[in-house]
Amino acid sequence: MGAFTVTAADGIARVVLDLPGEPVNKITRAVREELAAVLDRLRRDDGVRAVVLLSGKADTFIAGADIDEFVALRSQAEAQDLVRAGQALIGQLGALGKPVVAAIRGACLGGGLETALACAYRIAADHPKTTVGLPEIQLGIIPAAGGCQRLPRLIGLGAALDIILAGKALPASRAYRAGIVDELVHPAVLERAATEAARRLAGGWRPRRRGRGLVGLLLDHTAPGRAFALRLARRQVMRQTRGHYPAPLAALRAVAHGLAHGIEPGLDMEAALFAELAVGEVSRNLVRLFFATTELKKDPGVEGDVPAPRAVKSLGVVGAGFMGAAIAGVAVSQARVDVRLRDTDDGRVGKGLAAARGMLNERLRRRRITRYEHRQLDALVSGGTGWDGFARAEVVIEAVFEDLELKRDIFQQIAAAVRDDCLLASNTSTIPIAQIGAAVRHPERVLGMHFFSPVDRMPLLEVIVSEQTAPWATVTAVAFGRHMGKTVIVVRDRPGFWVNRILAPYLNEAGRLLQEGVKVETLDATMVRFGFPVGPITLLDEVGLDVAVKSSHVLHDAFGERLAPMAGLQRLVETGRLGRKNGRGFYRYEHGQRRGVDPAVYGLCGAALTSDVPPEDVEGRMVFALLNEAARALDDGVVRSARDGDVGAVFGIGYPPFRGGPLRYVDEMGPAAAVEWLARLAERYGPRFTPAPVLERMAQAGTSFHQSPER
Amino acid sequence: MSTGTNGHRVAIVAGCRTPFCKSGTDLKDFTAVALARYATVELLHRSNLDGEQVDQMYFGQVVASPLAPNLAREVSLLPQFPRTIPAATVNRACASANTAIAEGHDQIAQGHARVVIAGGAESLSDIPILHSRRFADALIAASKARSLVARLRVLAGVRARDLIPVTPAIAEPSTGETMGQSAEKMAKVNGIGREAQDRFALRSHRLAQAGTEDGRLTAEIAPVYLPNGDAVMRDNGIRVDTSLERLAALKPAFDRHYGSVTAGNASPLTDGASAVLLMSEEAAQALGYAPIAFVRSYAVTAVDPADQLLMGPAYAVPLALERAGITWADLGLVEMHEAFASQVLSNVQAFESPQWAAEHLGRSEPVARVDWDTLNVMGGSIAIGHPFGATGGRLTLTLANEMQRHDAQFGLISVCAQGGMGFAMVLERR
Repeated sequence: MGAFTVTAADGIARVVLDLPGEPVNKITRAVREELAAVLDRLRRDDGVRAVVLLSGKADTFIAGADIDEFVALRSQAEAQDLVRAGQALIGQLGALGKPVVAAIRGACLGGGLETALACAYRIAADHPKTTVGLPEIQLGIIPAAGGCQRLPRLIGLGAALDIILAGKALPASRAYRAGIVDELVHPAVLERAATEAARRLAGGWRPRRRGRGLVGLLLDHTAPGRAFALRLARRQVMRQTRGHYPAPLAALRAVAHGLAHGIEPGLDMEAALFAELAVGEVSRNLVRLFFATTELKKDPGVEGDVPAPRAVKSLGVVGAGFMGAAIAGVAVSQARVDVRLRDTDDGRVGKGLAAARGMLNERLRRRRITRYEHRQLDALVSGGTGWDGFARAEVVIEAVFEDLELKRDIFQQIAAAVRDDCLLASNTSTIPIAQIGAAVRHPERVLGMHFFSPVDRMPLLEVIVSEQTAPWATVTAVAFGRHMGKTVIVVRDRPGFWVNRILAPYLNEAGRLLQEGVKVETLDATMVRFGFPVGPITLLDEVGLDVAVKSSHVLHDAFGERLAPMAGLQRLVETGRLGRKNGRGFYRYEHGQRRGVDPAVYGLCGAALTSDVPPEDVEGRMVFALLNEAARALDDGVVRSARDGDVGAVFGIGYPPFRGGPLRYVDEMGPAAAVEWLARLAERYGPRFTPAPVLERMAQAGTSFHQSPER
Repeated sequence: MSTGTNGHRVAIVAGCRTPFCKSGTDLKDFTAVALARYATVELLHRSNLDGEQVDQMYFGQVVASPLAPNLAREVSLLPQFPRTIPAATVNRACASANTAIAEGHDQIAQGHARVVIAGGAESLSDIPILHSRRFADALIAASKARSLVARLRVLAGVRARDLIPVTPAIAEPSTGETMGQSAEKMAKVNGIGREAQDRFALRSHRLAQAGTEDGRLTAEIAPVYLPNGDAVMRDNGIRVDTSLERLAALKPAFDRHYGSVTAGNASPLTDGASAVLLMSEEAAQALGYAPIAFVRSYAVTAVDPADQLLMGPAYAVPLALERAGITWADLGLVEMHEAFASQVLSNVQAFESPQWAAEHLGRSEPVARVDWDTLNVMGGSIAIGHPFGATGGRLTLTLANEMQRHDAQFGLISVCAQGGMGFAMVLERR
């Protein structure tokens, strides 16, 4: 059965794409071949004067090219062939000699938008599912079916670069304002509007598009103007990517080349650059992470008999401090549940509610929500000093001070206020869930939901399950976390869970290096160069030194010398250095602005004046401390798979995405090479670097953490 | 116990209200709709109610916003509820929330609803300010004008004095008499002296203060957490520091020479909202709620506004008692709305007067012998404040809660309202 249905009436051909057996439309080899044949017939059919291109799927127009074909590419030559085939088809569409109108409802992304861009006219259905964009950059590649050529010509250089470089999908209304679509109509009249536009176009009507003003003309149509705009964009790309990501720079080149030399040379450039990127390591790793997160979104969080997650309408949050308020705010703005925030005094409740509401106000200010949505969401936030409303809650998240006795006490109070089947979650980062759960009836409904700060920006959530935790509780927490917009990994109830477990040796090692005389700036710069968004010392300041001390002791107690904390940290806390939150950490802060390293920290840490650690070991020690611990923890079963481990590292601590994650990194270098590195470090710097047994085993067996090099 | 209705017996299950705050103070940034929504969300949490259970809503509001004239519907569109709960806003002036509760009662009694939320709200900080009639006419004509010139010609006819905005006055549209003037008239006609009024006002403040301190009054208040993080916990009109001397020092507000009604012995302009959860007795039992009280009967009456405007209760109370099949002597507690001290005292005078009963009710016995220990035991609107649309919810809640505390079998609510109307309701415990 074919993917296309073609009918014609009154000289207007109606071409409907409905890929059989797939939830979304995508451009596969079969679709390309069939569309080529369809276009050929339409070209030769004198009865057809214009064409309307529609989707038979409710929620997608065309979601993009088939990613499986892309992943299967083995060489640049194969990549060239693939992209040339796509360019040829879209060229054929543009050169049909009869106007084609794209009637867009649902996702119109990547190759889908490039198809629409080759049409004479685009009409979008004003519907929440309609999104328009070129997400290729996110996968480390560039739009190569003419996207880098046609979009700048349609909407101007600056606007096109914004869309191509960000790789984000725009809602229909913004696509209309940007000029990507010509008309925005109610979904019910989409087809009629498209048919009428096709008829007008067939009659010689030319749509008038908005001018871009004098400045736009100068920027787009003069060589110096273009050079200026491209230079600005390039500078911004370098600032954001620090040169780790080749795709945005390649996109700039493809756009520039096309504008300077014309569409055909531009397409040649797109193809050449695409082929290079497509088989490159950065794109490979970004694609793997894309698959990992896509799979995670469908992963219920438990194996075997999977119970259905329970619906959550009402959430209780206990503790209206910084974390509690932020969890409440995100739960309301993302999951849109009724949230009751509870704390012991009205001042704290008031501040917490104000902070949670502040998140909604911010979303309103950024026009992420309308005034009407804001009013409704705002009404979902309430709180008090009593346990009112907790009996309505399906889930309660506790976010009080990190202290086992306090948490056990609070959990008993919560258990007395809620229904027996209410899921009870602790937002702890250090306390064993089983010990908290033992305090209440039905400990099988107790688990950890470890959010990261700032909750509204950090994408990861660790759901911590103890031996007692019931599968229904796990799947409910995972599903609810996802509703809160988080990437969720299920983690076993072991000290430090996953993220803090692998982070601790890395930060400890940074501390050791500091003591051995390496400067704070060097440590931070080294890891930023490696690809972390911030270096380890900056991270300590952000997390809070007191928090780090607490967590490092827990891990030291659990795992011994290997995870011995840096000696100076405790002293820094004792001298009132808590990090950015109180304006004093390793760095000094004034009015929230960082003002350089506080020189006193070297003395407090007992740091050597100069360092004789070679630069490659500065990086190596920090990186391998993390990799080695990640290998051990995975072997311990702390995470369920290497996939979860890598996603957790990337989204939880900012491990460089272009390196695919720590476990993928080990796979790529080979476990034998990792063992060799570690053995050398162990010999030179101490037994904490002794290779994890699992690495030794893998090195001998020639296996890897991930099952597949593609996913 | 027999019931005053023919159908389902109606239970008052729960309720709460915002603090009542003098207009222009703590709650000034809230619209009445926002206050009503706030009180209702709090009611849901306090009663652990699932929004799906609610069948209908009625709310009272007196000075409605032209932008959201059906306040009750804005409340029933709260995200905690399904979007399919019909809701109406009612206006019987100061008895609006009482009327909302009575309407909810009727719907339940008749079997049209099992669970109703009723209450009321008012923001006198957020009243509509209108253009003058002439200016409004000019604007409408200008919007219909076909050309710029025609539009300008219409607007050119506007005089400077037409631009003066019109604020709604708290006056009787039928007579032009303000509430204050009415209260003044009643004081004179019924011989209610200045000192008696001031004493009553002082009593209101003292009792409200006691109720606030021992937590009985604050128990019905849901704190309002402001956008800046501050919490508004209490009614802010209650004066701890007032005394007879201070009250006596105030100038009469409506008649400089012979007047006795002052800002001290009248209720202040107030913002606030209240919400009460009503259920049929069967529904309460099925959903596991223990009712605080039941509605036994109610009555509404009206007198000629040109006469003594605020004498409505003197007629409504005997009627409600008659419908309840009881007498004043059976009442354990009474909550009387205090618009003005002179109005309360005038009505009490009528209740206790054999002559008044004979002349106006054709009865040989007076309506009541008032036991002051059972009347407004936590003060009233003079101290607590009086958001027109919301007060009825407060009276109902306070009475029900106090009946529970005192284990009083019967209690009475009495409210006077603009337009010469009176409202009375009898609650029972068992």
